[in-house]
Amino acid sequence: MLDIQTPLFEAQDIRLGPIDHDKDPEVESKWTHDYEFMRLMELKPVRPLAPAMVKKGYESLEKEIEADKNLFYFTIRAREDDRLLGKAVLEWIDWTNGNGFLRLGIGSGPDRGRGLGAQALGLLLRFAFAELNLFRVTIVVPEYCQAAIALVRKFGFVEEVRRRKAILRDGSAWDLLAFGLLRSEWEDAFALSGTTAQSKGG
Amino acid sequence: MTVEDLFRGKLVCLAGIEPEEISKSFAQWNRDSEFMRLLDTDPPRLYSSKAIKNWLEKELEKTPDMYWFAIRTLEDDRLLGDVTLSVINWGSREAFVGIAIGAREFWGKGYGTDAMQLLLRYGFIELNLQRISLNVFEFNQRALRSYEKAGFRLEGRQRQMIQRDGCRWDIIYMGILREEWMENYGNRNSDQ
Repeated sequence: MLDIQTPLFEAQDIRLGPIDHDKDPEVESKWTHDYEFMRLMELKPVRPLAPAMVKKGYESLEKEIEADKNLFYFTIRAREDDRLLGKAVLEWIDWTNGNGFLRLGIGSGPDRGRGLGAQALGLLLRFAFAELNLFRVTIVVPEYCQAAIALVRKFGFVEEVRRRKAILRDGSAWDLLAFGLLRSEWEDAFALSGTTAQSKGG
Repeated sequence: MTVEDLFRGKLVCLAGIEPEEISKSFAQWNRDSEFMRLLDTDPPRLYSSKAIKNWLEKELEKTPDMYWFAIRTLEDDRLLGDVTLSVINWGSREAFVGIAIGAREFWGKGYGTDAMQLLLRYGFIELNLQRISLNVFEFNQRALRSYEKAGFRLEGRQRQMIQRDGCRWDIIYMGILREEWMENYGNRNSDQ
C-alpha cells in the first residue's frame, strides 16, 4: 500500500529533484548536441544549445511554472551521487477535467536501456494519480521511439491516437502516437502493490 | 493549377480580423453556453468585449504562426465566426485548425463546412502543409459530420478527457494529409 511515508521522489536508483542552475546547464547542453537524444525527446526541428541558452531556458521555465501553475518539472538524478540523468515533466495540466501530459527522457546514451526511465515513469505516475489526483494522463511519442513505446505499454498505456505522417524526419514520414492511461487502470495494475512495472516482473 | 479567389467559397468568405467588431460579437456568442462548451474544455467565462479585444490583440501579435480569419457570409457580409490555422511544427509542416460559428442560426447549414474547405485549400496550396489536424469533442456530432464532409479522417480518440454534467467524454482526433486533399479536392481547381 502507498501511504504518506512512501517517498514520492525516490526509486531504487534514481530520485526526482529540482534544477541545479549552476551545474545542470553544462550537462543538458551536451545532450542537446546529441541527435539521437534530441530526436527521441523533441518533436520540433532540433538545434544544439550552448549552456547559457539552457540556463535561460530554465529561468523562463520557472517563470512559466509560477505564472500558469499547470506544469511540474523534475530533474532525474542518480541516488548515489546526485548526478543529472534526465528530466521528467508533467505539463498542460487541465485541472477541471483532471488530465495532463507526460514527457521524460534520460539524457546520456550509456544511461539509457538500464531501466532508469521506468523508475522515473513509475514515480511520475504516482505523482500524477496519487498526489495531483488526475483522472488520466497522455504521452505523445513518434512511432520510431520503440523503447519508449515498449515502456509505456508495460505500464498499461493504451494507444489512442495515431496522427499519420505527422513527423517528417530523416527523409521519412512517421506517425505520431498518443498513449493514454486512466487512473483506474493504473490503480488496478500498480497502486495497490505500491510497485513499479519493473518490480511487478513485466 | 490557378485559383481564382483563395478566400471565397460558395457561402462564405475568409476575411481579416477586425478586433473591435469580432470581440463584440464573441462577447455575445459566449453567452450561449452550448457554443462555449462545444468550443473549449475550459469552463466558460463571460469576458467583456473589452477584455476579449485586449486578449485578441496580444494573441495576434505574439503568435505569428497562427493564421486567423473572420468568416463572413457572401450574401450580406455578416460576421458568423472565426477559423484559425496554427502551424505547430514547420519542420513537419503540420497545423491544427479550430473553427467557431457563433451565430446559432447558421449551425448545420453548411457554412462551417464551406469555411473549413477554404481553410484546407489555404493550408495546402498557400502554406504548403503536409497535414492538417483537429480535435473535436465526442458530444459535438454536428462538427464531426462537417469535418468528415470536408475530408478529415478519424485518427483516434483520447478516452474520457472531458468531464461535464457528471459524465466523461472522449476527445476525437482527425487529420487530413496533403495527398488525400489533393486527390479529392485539388483537382477541382485544375484547368481542364
